[in-house]
Amino acid sequence: MPATLELLRISATTAPAPGVRTMPTITKLVDTTTCIGCKACEVACQEWNDLPPETTVQMGTYQTLPDMTANFWNLIRFREHEENGALSWLMRKDQCMHCADPGCLAACPAPGAIVQYTNGIVDFQQDQCIGCGYCMTGCPFDVPKFHVKTQRVYKCTMCVDRVSVGLQPACVKACPTSCLQFGTKDAMLEVANKRVEQLHANGFAQAAVYDPPGVGGTSVITVLAHGDRPELYGLPRDPTIPMAVRLWKGPLKWLGNLAMVGGILGVLVHYVRVGRKDHD
Amino acid sequence: MTHRLVRYDFGERLMHTLAALAYLYLLLTGLAFWTPAFYWIAVVLGGGYLSRVLHPWIGLLFAATVLWMFVVWRRDMRVTPEDRTWRRAIRHYIRNEDDKVPPAWRFNFGQKQLFWLMVFGAAALLLTGIVMWLVASIPGELSAVGQIATLLHAVAALATIAGFIIHVYMGVAVVPGGLDAVIHGEVTEEWARRHHPLWLAQVKSENDARSRE
Ligand code: HEM
Ligand code: SF4
Repeated sequence: MPATLELLRISATTAPAPGVRTMPTITKLVDTTTCIGCKACEVACQEWNDLPPETTVQMGTYQTLPDMTANFWNLIRFREHEENGALSWLMRKDQCMHCADPGCLAACPAPGAIVQYTNGIVDFQQDQCIGCGYCMTGCPFDVPKFHVKTQRVYKCTMCVDRVSVGLQPACVKACPTSCLQFGTKDAMLEVANKRVEQLHANGFAQAAVYDPPGVGGTSVITVLAHGDRPELYGLPRDPTIPMAVRLWKGPLKWLGNLAMVGGILGVLVHYVRVGRKDHD
Repeated sequence: MTHRLVRYDFGERLMHTLAALAYLYLLLTGLAFWTPAFYWIAVVLGGGYLSRVLHPWIGLLFAATVLWMFVVWRRDMRVTPEDRTWRRAIRHYIRNEDDKVPPAWRFNFGQKQLFWLMVFGAAALLLTGIVMWLVASIPGELSAVGQIATLLHAVAALATIAGFIIHVYMGVAVVPGGLDAVIHGEVTEEWARRHHPLWLAQVKSENDARSRE
């Protein structure tokens, strides 16, 4: 049961969310430039969430699996990048970004299956999930993963159970290089911007913080050495809730409801004014 | 005078009843996913989870019944030159000024339009519905396919709902004996003369030809 007073948004609900407790937005900082690809975060995630192990896949790189799965919510993506004769390894932590404006929640038709807390965490409540997969169409980062056996969808919880008692997420706790840090959004942006300045001074002129405004900013922000080309890391350049999903949940919903009510009213008016084709 | 004619044989009635029940279920569970205000319908029908599991299977049944209708009624539903004059007089039909409405064959132009709306609507719903059913296996690079299918499924559903509202209203409230005909299969000669005179003439000449043999 999620903390009632901290519910900022609830999927598919006609009533306002009851969250009155204000909390600072929390954020996880991922500094890809200090990631050594050790996968301690992957292990910590599996351990803390007590998820069944996934069989690793030999992909010819240091990456554990081709993609996240319903049992594996934290994947270090690995890419080799060659530029001006120099080879670099680009590591990026793939997980739910905890969007301020979450497409998964907007798309979800099941009341209470996806919630957002006042501290910014987006959380799936699998007991309310009906397994339609709409969240997968709404997410611009292809994060939610379907579990074939339970027919429900899973993803990173930002260790909401740890964060709500004042602990850091398990991955942050496990990271040996402080590439992962955790705190308020303001504090993390400050650290990230300082790091970007350092990178600029060290010859990475394009270094930048990835905090995409198209989804209202995210609670997982990433420092990229090649900040001008997030695609190199497998990140979308300007993610937003997909246009088709916005049309569907916005104008089409209103038009459709209006048309259905209009159709029924029209028929009633016809019945009152014209009525039955009487046989005399 | 109260001579009765067979308007729908048993197969046609079974087909129509199955299609109607399947459509009703799809409409109700679909509306539950469409808007939170109607989610209670899914709860009443066995819960959100069960509704979402059954909806695509009943969808297959619905698509099959529409295919059946297409096979059986396709010829009767072909739009004829008479339909063009009927369409021009649709105002009179709506206002129940039936003496000013040109005669119709087995189905009038409005019924034919509903039929084709449902045939194309069912095809679109089936196609997009299957994509939505398999949404978990769409690779990330093709996610637009799932998004567009979901949007189009709703658009196609709305189009058929418009037709469905008018169809049910006409059959139940406007045309006396309409509902009865599709359930029990028979109509009076008088009914046929009023609503489908060209069809009546056709049936009569066929019957005459048969009795002469
Ligand atoms: C013809 C075969 C059909 C198939 C295979 C199909 C499949 C689906 C699937 C997979 C979903 C997602 C939810 C779920 O998994 O249950 C869905 C949603 C829906 N379906 Fe169907 N369906 C079909 C026909 C229909 C029909 C005839 C209607 C009539 C109104 C309809 C109305 C809806 C609506 C309104 C939704 C919710 C859309 C939304 O949330 O925007 N479907 N359908
Ligand atoms: S990254 Fe995807 S799953 Fe996570 S909050 Fe954003 S839309 Fe939802």
